[in-house]
Amino acid sequence: MRYALLVLGGPYSHQAAHSALRFAHAAIARGHRVETVFFYHDGVYNASHLSAPPQDEPHLVDAWSELRRTHGTALQVCVAAALRRGLLDAREAERHGKSGASLEPPFELTGLGQLLDISQTHERLITFAP
Amino acid sequence: MSEVSETPHGDLLVILRHAPHGSLWLREALDLALVGAAFGQSVSLLLMGDGVWALLQGQGSGPLGQKGTQSTFEMLEMYDIERLYIDIDALEARGLTRDDLLLPVIEVPAPALSAVLAGHRQIVNF
Repeated sequence: MRYALLVLGGPYSHQAAHSALRFAHAAIARGHRVETVFFYHDGVYNASHLSAPPQDEPHLVDAWSELRRTHGTALQVCVAAALRRGLLDAREAERHGKSGASLEPPFELTGLGQLLDISQTHERLITFAP
Repeated sequence: MSEVSETPHGDLLVILRHAPHGSLWLREALDLALVGAAFGQSVSLLLMGDGVWALLQGQGSGPLGQKGTQSTFEMLEMYDIERLYIDIDALEARGLTRDDLLLPVIEVPAPALSAVLAGHRQIVNF
């Protein structure tokens, strides 16, 4: 089965992102593919490159990046939801006159239209929300 | 306002479970509904729980400076989003009646909710 996940919860403050990540690993372990994770609403905070949790806690941003590296999962972030929450890649940071970027590859900014596209091109789209 | 008379159907069902203004849940849910409609999908909304507050009349912008949601709801028809399902038990539990609402809705009693969910190809729950 080709899965896509929609993550609506921010890291640490809610379980949604942790559950989504655990689901992704469980699905992959069963031989399925998790091709795309789309971050929307407070879920966009999962893409913050500046996230620095204590070392004895799971590092969610790194965990998502690792999912991309080992399984090729695309990490897509809604640009409108991201910008209003201070998550900008280098291009957006320059466009808005900000001193630094807070979002870096493998996360990519994209539009809500992409989420609709995902729902049509994957066999399942599962929402993880607080 | 009417009860479910035809079989619920559509490409995308956006479920609204949060009251407006206190958070971005409603705003960003409606954004997805509007984008879906703009992409030519057949979109329905289902208001459940505190989501029923979203359809109260007179939701203008407030002291927090957020955009009011009334204007967005009034745009729905222009985007051909015409099926607004509402959990009638949630409405009544909050002391509201159909006369308090901004737009005509399709009343859904609890036993019929599953048919609304089953009738849509994709569901996104806000």
